[in-house]
Amino acid sequence: METESSVTGGYRRRFTGFLRKCMFSVLSMGPVPNHIAFIMDGNRRYAKKRNLQLGEGHRAGFASLMWILGYCYELGVKYVTIYAFSIDNFKRRPNEVQVLMDLMLEKIDELLKEESLVRQYGIQLYFIGNLKLLSDNVREAVERAMEITAKNNKLVLLICVPYTSTDEILHAVEESCQDKLDHSQAVKQTNGSTDHCNQTSQEDHEHDIKVVDIEKRMYMAAAPDLDILIRSSGETRLSNFLLYQSDKCQLYSPAALWPELGLWHFVWAVLSYQRSYSYFEKKRKQL
Amino acid sequence: MLSLRFPISVEKVPLNVNRSPCPSSKAQNLSCSSCSRSAWQRAFAGATGLAAREEDKEVNGRMALTGDLVKLEEPLPSGLRWELMPRHVAVIMDGSARWARRRGLPASSGHEAGVRSLKELVELCGKWGIRILTVFAFSSENWSRPKAEVEFLMGLFERVIEFELQNFSREGVRISTIGDSSRLPKSLQKLLNKAECSTKDNSRLHLVVAVSYSGKSDIAQACKSIAHRVRDGLIQLEDVDEELIEEELATSCCEFPCPDLLIRTSGELRLSNFLLWQLAYAELFFSEALWPDFGKAEFVEALRSFQQRLRRYGSRES
Repeated sequence: METESSVTGGYRRRFTGFLRKCMFSVLSMGPVPNHIAFIMDGNRRYAKKRNLQLGEGHRAGFASLMWILGYCYELGVKYVTIYAFSIDNFKRRPNEVQVLMDLMLEKIDELLKEESLVRQYGIQLYFIGNLKLLSDNVREAVERAMEITAKNNKLVLLICVPYTSTDEILHAVEESCQDKLDHSQAVKQTNGSTDHCNQTSQEDHEHDIKVVDIEKRMYMAAAPDLDILIRSSGETRLSNFLLYQSDKCQLYSPAALWPELGLWHFVWAVLSYQRSYSYFEKKRKQL
Repeated sequence: MLSLRFPISVEKVPLNVNRSPCPSSKAQNLSCSSCSRSAWQRAFAGATGLAAREEDKEVNGRMALTGDLVKLEEPLPSGLRWELMPRHVAVIMDGSARWARRRGLPASSGHEAGVRSLKELVELCGKWGIRILTVFAFSSENWSRPKAEVEFLMGLFERVIEFELQNFSREGVRISTIGDSSRLPKSLQKLLNKAECSTKDNSRLHLVVAVSYSGKSDIAQACKSIAHRVRDGLIQLEDVDEELIEEELATSCCEFPCPDLLIRTSGELRLSNFLLWQLAYAELFFSEALWPDFGKAEFVEALRSFQQRLRRYGSRES
């Protein structure tokens, strides 16, 4: 039998949900950000603050992520990028790295269950980063998750692991060079050595590496321009995250630790974005 | 014989904890011998009010009798610690036009007032031992501003540099410019070349002026340059790494290309395409003050905020 407190709690949840929907209806009358990125900082400090084990801090962080994802979905944000694990984080103590990798496996499994948000909301999972640095079991889980959710199209969740922006740029340059070298070899083998003089200038033009060649090989080419970058826990630095993509985006660094980030922080970030939107649009049209 | 007793124990003095590594270098890999020497210098500095220069050479005649220890030209405001000062500060000088509009003045008055703020900041950086100051004077996006404003700004840059060139030499300021200079008026290009050449041996403060600059284009041209060198067989693909990309960026003219601290004025919370690669680990400080109102007090506030931050570079403090 339902107790009075659970009935009251149920009413309170429904009322809060109703208020949130009203708020999002008002927000969506203005420009809605298409792509929001999050640096989920503060899980460990949260655990320390509440005398929890390290893993519990990260679990609380995951729960926070699910709430934020829900808000993004309800508002109509199409792309969400999260900084789950930096290549720099491999410098942490091995047991903490292992805790994070184990947690990642556990959460990937959870995300693929029927009752999870990913299934309910039709979220496509995209793992961004130097996947070769992951252990085999994590990489296999990651690839499986991408395959299973490939046809989902309501919202794309880009999970950066393990990632740094400078590694992303380096990788794009290496791939561009390799492709051009391969192409050059193929052309030489096909054409042989006849008419060499004319081919040299033509080859030079084809081999000229353009900026667009490099940009399309970046891991983040899967997502559109970034609109808002939010870093929790009050730290104001990018920590080698989405450097190339954050040239024009709105930055926001609330003091709340990641597990404490809530609806009001999200709403405030969107309102700040909307206030600056007219400025952004003018700049985009000028380019 | 006098014995020196240091009130500050050498082990407790933080060593370069607030200095930004560039993304390709590792902050933790400082050599022990340079650490201990720096630690000794900083301990002595804390005890005596003198500051240590890291290099062993005369700095524009300011070497003190005690060897490579020099006197800080102006004591630091209270609350600021010498050993936690950033080595390289970058500034997005935003808000001059808004400052003028609020006073019912033309935008040109705002930009002229902005020049005074810049002069004060250059002076403070020189006095407080900051080695590099990079300022975002004109972005590649700014070319789309009204023609009259752009022409005024180009003229202002020329007048200011012409006027200040002698001061730069006297004050030991080295000036460099980064950005696509091909779009600048020929007279300004010539003047900037002359300024760079005539000040290249100055070493008290390196002032880097970003004019017609785009952080994205900076990265793109660096990547393109490397890709072409691979194509032409000048380097092997396996040799391409982050350090090589960094060396191709426009900021390779600096001794420490990556800012420790980025300040943006006017309350806007954006990077606006400034030094994107180089800002990987920089602390960002957003000041509400409009650029012409940004003075010593505001700079001290930014430095205090910077010094209070704990920089982890992805790892954990033990």
